[in-house]
Amino acid sequence: MTTRIVELRRGILKKNDELAAVLRERYAAGGVLVLNLVSSPGTGKTAFLEWTLTELRKRGARVAALVGDLETDNDARRLAASGAPVRQINTHGICHLDAEMIDKHLNGWELGSLDYLFIENVGNLVCPSSYDLGEAIRVVLLSVTEGEDKPLKYPTMFNSADAAVNTKMDPALPRGFDRELALKNINEIRPGIRIFETSVKSGLGLEEWLGYLEEKRAVL
Amino acid sequence: MHELSIIASIVDTVTESLAPYKGARILEVRLRVGALASVVEDSLQFCYGIATEGTALQGSKLVVHALPVVMHCVPCDADVELEGVQSFRCPQCGEPCFDLRQGRELEIEAIEIDDMVEETA
Repeated sequence: MTTRIVELRRGILKKNDELAAVLRERYAAGGVLVLNLVSSPGTGKTAFLEWTLTELRKRGARVAALVGDLETDNDARRLAASGAPVRQINTHGICHLDAEMIDKHLNGWELGSLDYLFIENVGNLVCPSSYDLGEAIRVVLLSVTEGEDKPLKYPTMFNSADAAVNTKMDPALPRGFDRELALKNINEIRPGIRIFETSVKSGLGLEEWLGYLEEKRAVL
Repeated sequence: MHELSIIASIVDTVTESLAPYKGARILEVRLRVGALASVVEDSLQFCYGIATEGTALQGSKLVVHALPVVMHCVPCDADVELEGVQSFRCPQCGEPCFDLRQGRELEIEAIEIDDMVEETA
């Protein structure tokens, strides 16, 4: 038997990447800043996003959100209390959002009428890192109860992020949480990344975060 | 654990690429997987047998070529290979590196097929 090698050189996620590129063009054409929020389950993505949506709306910004979970629309209902349009994406077992799910759930929304679109990904620090959703900014969140070494344990996600948000930085930090070490570890995996230390309870770091969003939105 | 979705994409792509080689049997599928691609070879191999069953890829071998992370180091003015993914600093000068040159690849490099049939396209 003789064999033949056929060179393919094809990206395995090419279909996703191609659709993400189309979405990115649509976001740009609509002038909407799109952020993809990723973290473990329980980091506080929803609470952080609730605060962000509410606050941006108070300032007159036009915001919307898509939120991914395996099941339930609990998060969408929580976020909708901000008054922003919100849609839930149930993945029914799939561990990440992909570009096709986003495309489908944007149906009927006029992107040109939005300033910001937030995509809250499925709580998972592994799989969502491979799937481009066409976002301008990927934000990785880390809560103080998860341990300072999370960036070292999940380097693929932290390395792919554009900004990091440390959540639950309440005045009474959990015993043993080493703030400096957490910052050092994030910087070790993604040197130079913009880091926000936040608490939705005390308001820590939130003005700075909003300033960052407004700055990024302004240069679209 | 999205390796099953990854294998499903591989099955689709390889099946499509077989169109010009009617009746060919696939012996091997070769991947290039970067250290930052978020996939684990063991899981890929585990899913491969299951997800290729009943497809043109059934019985073929999956070969994974693992690629290390390569960063561009500005002070050294060179592309440098990292030993792992625990520190994104230049192994030569110790400065942080910002510019990724290799490591996120997740692609099908080539397939090996038997050559019993003539190329039809």
